[in-house]
Amino acid sequence: MTVEIESLLTHERSFWRRRRNVQGALTLLVGTSFLAACGSSSTPATSAPSATPTPVCTGTTANPGYTNGLPTVAGQATTLSGAGSTFVAPMMSVWTKAYATANSVQVAYQSVGSGAGIAQLQAETVDFGDSDAYMKDSDIALAKGGPVVQIPLVQAPVVVVYNLPGIASGLKFDGDTLGKIFSGGITTWDDPAIKALNPGITLPSTPIAVAHRSDGSGTTAIFTDFLTQTSPAWVTALGGSTTSVGKTVAWPVGIGGKGNDGVSAVVSQTAGGIGYVELDYAIAQHQTYADVKNKAGVFVEPCQQTAAAATVGITSYPSDLRVDIVNQSSNPQAYPITGLTWALVYQNQTKAATAAALVNFFSWVLTKGQDLTGSVNYTPLGPTLQALCIAQLKKITVNGTPVSP
Amino acid sequence: MPPPADVGGGIAASAVRVPPLLFKRDRPRIADRIFGAGVSMMGAIVLVVIAAMIVFLVLEGLPAMQHYGFFSFVTSSRWTPSTAFPNVTHPNPYGILQFIYGTMLTSIIGMIIAVPLAVGAALVITEIAPQRIKGPLSALVDLLAAVPSVVYGFWGIFALIPAIKPVVDFLTTTLGTVPVIGIAFQGPFFGVSYFSAALVLAIMVLPIIAAVCREVFRSTPRNEKEAALALGATKWEMIRIAVLPRARSGIVGASLLGLGRALGETIAVTMVIGNAVLHINSSIFSQGATMSSVIANEFTEATEPFHLSALFVVGFWLLIVALVVNVLARLVARRGVAL
Repeated sequence: MTVEIESLLTHERSFWRRRRNVQGALTLLVGTSFLAACGSSSTPATSAPSATPTPVCTGTTANPGYTNGLPTVAGQATTLSGAGSTFVAPMMSVWTKAYATANSVQVAYQSVGSGAGIAQLQAETVDFGDSDAYMKDSDIALAKGGPVVQIPLVQAPVVVVYNLPGIASGLKFDGDTLGKIFSGGITTWDDPAIKALNPGITLPSTPIAVAHRSDGSGTTAIFTDFLTQTSPAWVTALGGSTTSVGKTVAWPVGIGGKGNDGVSAVVSQTAGGIGYVELDYAIAQHQTYADVKNKAGVFVEPCQQTAAAATVGITSYPSDLRVDIVNQSSNPQAYPITGLTWALVYQNQTKAATAAALVNFFSWVLTKGQDLTGSVNYTPLGPTLQALCIAQLKKITVNGTPVSP
Repeated sequence: MPPPADVGGGIAASAVRVPPLLFKRDRPRIADRIFGAGVSMMGAIVLVVIAAMIVFLVLEGLPAMQHYGFFSFVTSSRWTPSTAFPNVTHPNPYGILQFIYGTMLTSIIGMIIAVPLAVGAALVITEIAPQRIKGPLSALVDLLAAVPSVVYGFWGIFALIPAIKPVVDFLTTTLGTVPVIGIAFQGPFFGVSYFSAALVLAIMVLPIIAAVCREVFRSTPRNEKEAALALGATKWEMIRIAVLPRARSGIVGASLLGLGRALGETIAVTMVIGNAVLHINSSIFSQGATMSSVIANEFTEATEPFHLSALFVVGFWLLIVALVVNVLARLVARRGVAL
């Protein structure tokens, strides 16, 4: 079975590489002026004056190899349906393919967006939902099937991509500067605030073209959460800390793109563009991306290792696992704009077969599935959180009886 | 290729077969009735569908309309779903004036560009081009109409915008600095904008207008054109005297068809307009949104209070705007014809 997963993995890798090549060719074909920098081997553009962390984004990450999965529950259904986040969609497609091969259970996942995933779960039209922002009490109150168990599945960084011909990955930003850029307070690339963070780099006077999501998005929720925590200018511009964070916000400036790929396309197409996308999309499009200042005051490059570091040092989690990990870790290697995605499952299932299939699938995702995260640039959960997620799975019941004793 | 003998036989056969059908009264009466009933049912279905659509839009939009008030949507130009709360009714976070503005602006600029081009193209096809290339030219224009709108959007992003960027950059640094009117032409130009959307719309509606104009110009009586030429008119004078006056109502009708398409066009516009929903941007080179683009963008994740309902209100007003523009244009057209 290991061999099967391995071969699947290779297949998956070549699939993504192919996608990248096609997109690269397309970019070349249309003759955009932007200089593609190699995403996988991005190095800081200059030697930074201070607080340069030791490079942690090199080499491969060791697979966590979790073995604490729940014993397989018998009598499971052979199909499951899920819907939600586009942020987790590339990861989910790897999982569902590998899982179907190993266990003959087909999991159909519709990548329709976190909001739509929540809505479909509330209406009981899918077996599970997935959202990058956990369901609030008001969302759960609208769910037809009662209480919802929310299980973090994987974590991933949201990266700040930019398009400045001649400037490589590794421009440095802190939260307040980003907040001012995305709220229209900073409008040109040679603004003193950006210059001060990037001494030695000649920045052009090009106007900044801000790109953001035009649809509701968990990626937006993670990014605006970071801005709200770190930028008073952002909070003021958006009219207070309740309206400055969410799946949609009232962007004062910028170009709206639909989906992660839409934002990617706007940035690629516009010299002077800046936007935010999930890491895998930035790598797939060969985009240049920024180092961001974390809680410890260090500028950190986004990658699997630094995203993994984002939960290091967080020891206590709320019992329902509705936790905000954005900019929480004071680990110097932590990339601050790292978010979680939650699987949403009804606690009280009515069909035993579906419940068994759900528990088996998510138990697999949380153990063997975590070893597949690297192939699409996602980051496995840390051991503390992963153990709590497994415990969360045990809460699922069928007509009052726990599915996994 | 049927042999000539068959053609002759066909004519002979039809000449024989037609009279009995005309004279046998009993069968045609039943056929007439079935035909009449069938056709009026089809007509009724069209009306029912339109009525059902309006009722549906109003019903779905009703919660938001009741909550915020019927006219509060069109008196505000600020769209901020993130500031909507279930128990706050004022101010209305779903102002849609900027979308109406975007729809009208892009359609009007698009029509200003497309109508002269389309009339010109139709004249070339019917009057000016040599006989040999009229056919292919005409087919090419029709082919433009068959291109799916998403392809126009794609082409707009990757080909049109890079091509017009130098020109627009020049305009923003010259026209954009003129006092008063400069406000409509200010930079910076990032590519996606009202203007880019209008250009894409112009190219999309061009084939529709051109095709209808072509048929209108073709219907000009040959003897009038020949009379004009016989009196010593040049080709331009002949077109001005014989072709254009008769075609005026046809051109207006063709433009109306084009305008209808431009007002509702969604995907291509969404791809090139920049989707800035917050307020009206004064410059035609800055980003905006149209009524159809905001619906396309937001309906999948409309989870804020009254968000989905407010999108139905946008749909309702889009229908109203389309109806009003159509009626107005028809009035203008009638007066134009009467003059």
